[in-house]
Amino acid sequence: MSFWEYANPRRFIQTSAGLLPWLAGLSALCLTVGVIWGFFFTPDDFRQGSTVKIIYLHVPAAMMAINAWIMMLVTSLIWLIRRHHVSALAAKAAGPVGLTMTAIALITGALWGQPMWGTWWAWDPRLTSFLILALFYLGYIALWSAVEDPDTAADLTSVLCIVGSVFAVLSRYAVNFWNQGLHQGASLSLDKKENVSDVFYLPLLVCIAGFVLLFVTLVLLRTRTEIRARRLQALLARERMA
Amino acid sequence: MPDLGTYAFAVLGSYGATILLLAALVGVSLWRGVRMRRALREVEARQGTTHG
Repeated sequence: MSFWEYANPRRFIQTSAGLLPWLAGLSALCLTVGVIWGFFFTPDDFRQGSTVKIIYLHVPAAMMAINAWIMMLVTSLIWLIRRHHVSALAAKAAGPVGLTMTAIALITGALWGQPMWGTWWAWDPRLTSFLILALFYLGYIALWSAVEDPDTAADLTSVLCIVGSVFAVLSRYAVNFWNQGLHQGASLSLDKKENVSDVFYLPLLVCIAGFVLLFVTLVLLRTRTEIRARRLQALLARERMA
Repeated sequence: MPDLGTYAFAVLGSYGATILLLAALVGVSLWRGVRMRRALREVEARQGTTHG
C-alpha cells in the first residue's frame, strides 16, 4: 500500500478515526505523568531555584513551535509539488496549534526570564527570531482566511511557509549563529556535559513526548475538520448552482 | 504542594497560562469539529450524499 493513499480524504478520515482515541489517551497520559513528576517530584535547581519547573512547559512548547512550522513546510511542499488537498489542509490545521505553542514558549519564557535575567524581554537573537516566527504564524493564519479560493490560499500560504522557514530554523540555531544575548544554548544535547541533569531530563522527556502526541492529535483532529469544511463548501456551492 | 518560594508567581503563572492556552486550543478544535460534522451531515442528508 502506498503512503499517498492517505492523501485521499475519505481514507484519511477513516484511518485517523481509529488513531485519534489512542493518540489522545497517550498524550493525556504523558502530559499528566510528565507535569506531575516535574512539578511535584523534582528538586529545585541550585542556581535557578523553583523556576526550573518551567522547563517542563517552556522547552517542549518551544520545540513544537519550531517543529510545527517544519511540518507545515513539508506538507506545503507536498501541496506545491503533488497537489494533494489533504496535505494543504494539514498545514492549515497545524497553524493555530503552532501559534499556541509559540505563545506558550514566549509567555513562559518571559515569566522565567524576569526573575533570572531581571527582564521580561530582551532583543536577544533567539527571542527576537521566535517573536518573528509568532508573527509569521499570525500572517499564515490570516492569509488562509483572507483568500476565498481554497487552492489559491493553499498556494500563497505555502510560499509564505517556505519564507517563514528561515525564522523557524533561525529560532532553533540563533544561539549558535550569534554568540550573544541572554538565552542559553540547547537544554537537550547529545553531549552529556551540556545536557540538563538526569533528575530534570527524564520528566522533561515525558513532557516532550506528551507535547508531540498532543500536536499530532490536534493536527489530525483539525485536518478532519478542514476536510469536512471543504466538502461542506463544495456541497453548498453545488446546491446554490442547482 | 512544593515550596516555590519567591518564584511562585513565575512558576504558577507559567503553568496557569499553559493550561489555559492548551485547554482553549483543545476546546475550540473539538467544538469546531463537532459543529462542522453536524453541518456536513445535515447538508449530505438534504442532498442524499454521504462521505465520512
